[in-house]
Amino acid sequence: MSEVPNKLKYCDSHEWISSVDAGVTTIGITDHAQDQLGDMVFVELPEVGQAFEVKDECAVVESVKAASDIYCPVSGEVIEVNEALADSPELVNEDPYGDGWLFKIRLANEAELDNLLDADGYQAAIDA
Amino acid sequence: MTMKTVLNDQHRSWGGRMVDFAGWDMPVHYGSQIEEHHAVRQNAGMFDVSHMRVVDLAGERTRPFLQYLLANDVARLKTTGKALYSCMLNEQGGVIDDLIVYYFQDDAFRIVVNAGCADKDLAWIKQQAAAFAVTVTPRRDLAMIAVQGPQARDKTLPLLSSALAEAAAALPIFHATTVGDWCVARTGYTGEDGFEIMLPEVEAPVLWQALADAGVTPCGLGARDTLRLEAGMNLYGSDMDEQCSPLEAGLNWTLAWEPDTRDFMGRKALEAKRNAVDNKRFVGLLLEGRGVLRNHQKLFADGVEIGEITSGGFAPTLQRSIALARVKASIGENCTVEIRGKQVLAKVVQPPFARKGQACINLEG
Repeated sequence: MSEVPNKLKYCDSHEWISSVDAGVTTIGITDHAQDQLGDMVFVELPEVGQAFEVKDECAVVESVKAASDIYCPVSGEVIEVNEALADSPELVNEDPYGDGWLFKIRLANEAELDNLLDADGYQAAIDA
Repeated sequence: MTMKTVLNDQHRSWGGRMVDFAGWDMPVHYGSQIEEHHAVRQNAGMFDVSHMRVVDLAGERTRPFLQYLLANDVARLKTTGKALYSCMLNEQGGVIDDLIVYYFQDDAFRIVVNAGCADKDLAWIKQQAAAFAVTVTPRRDLAMIAVQGPQARDKTLPLLSSALAEAAAALPIFHATTVGDWCVARTGYTGEDGFEIMLPEVEAPVLWQALADAGVTPCGLGARDTLRLEAGMNLYGSDMDEQCSPLEAGLNWTLAWEPDTRDFMGRKALEAKRNAVDNKRFVGLLLEGRGVLRNHQKLFADGVEIGEITSGGFAPTLQRSIALARVKASIGENCTVEIRGKQVLAKVVQPPFARKGQACINLEG
């Protein structure tokens, strides 16, 4: 059974978004996603300062199996990326909601968070 | 209708992530493909390869039949149990399948073919065999377990009957020994030492469990693919197929041209292309830039497309991305690979990339 923490919000494309702290949120991929993709071998992250709209392709995670696009769940500007993933992409497998985070974004519009799934909604989506 | 090997319950109880492979319900991994890969390079791993088809050939004229059917020459098989890797070609010189042929007696040979090709292979072989009065018997009653890695032989031998263990311990590389319906071959598809064991289906679950109890790691098809890629071994359907000549798939070494009187299937078509200057080269690639090499990525030199990756992936032993590729003969020491619209530098290298637990290529830039 994949872990789906209650404190996070989700996209049906398997990204998670942390709660907002001073206009900034952290984004990663879910436990279910990493489990389906298998061992990660490469993560391509956005550049700090890059701006995205909702659903823009913003990163790529590559597992032993395949490359998968990551879609930005919210609009905003990237303020930090997880540099540790360059040498240790396996952090995404080992700790998808912690050390395996992908990047932090300054929200352009906090109201977009209302369009995301809560834990129950995401659980229902992956059970479907 | 999905087919299951006799070890299907073992795979599921071991947490195997099951996928469809050529119509078979097979484990791609049991948790971590990379850990399984390392287990084989460093210790011992086992693969259920019961989906591959064992086919016995019998009859007085089996040897001349195989000399006609196969591009490699079974005249090279002079001692009982010796094995040979060969392509089976069509009349146009395309590869119908690649296989291993074992010599048991002059009127008894065995071949092992790919699961995905088994039905077409059997139809083809039966059609060709008629003129030689060779009987073709698929052995669906046999399972097959590959035990591979530096510890594979030591962990396997105590689990065999004493007669089989003694014979198996003495096997040279690429030889097999049989006791009853058990056949142990010192062959594999990983670049490590080990055995491939053919045995009666009903006995396979017990051997699988005994190997697991002895510390042999169950490995899925994912690790099997990265291990064979590191070892520089071709995968049928990716690196070559019926539209591709072995001359352009790095398989020249498997073509036995001598004696020139041996008229094997596909020979005429191949001879016409044997020394053609426009034959493509089959090379290894080591990615220098960031990313992962994947099947079908396009290759460029000076902005001109020069070929395509046939098998690519991440090599856990090297911690780098590698590939096999078919390219124009004019390729130099480097090329670029198009990855998501960007050109990324790759170095041309000679496979194998890694065998016997070690890198075989220079990883420095």
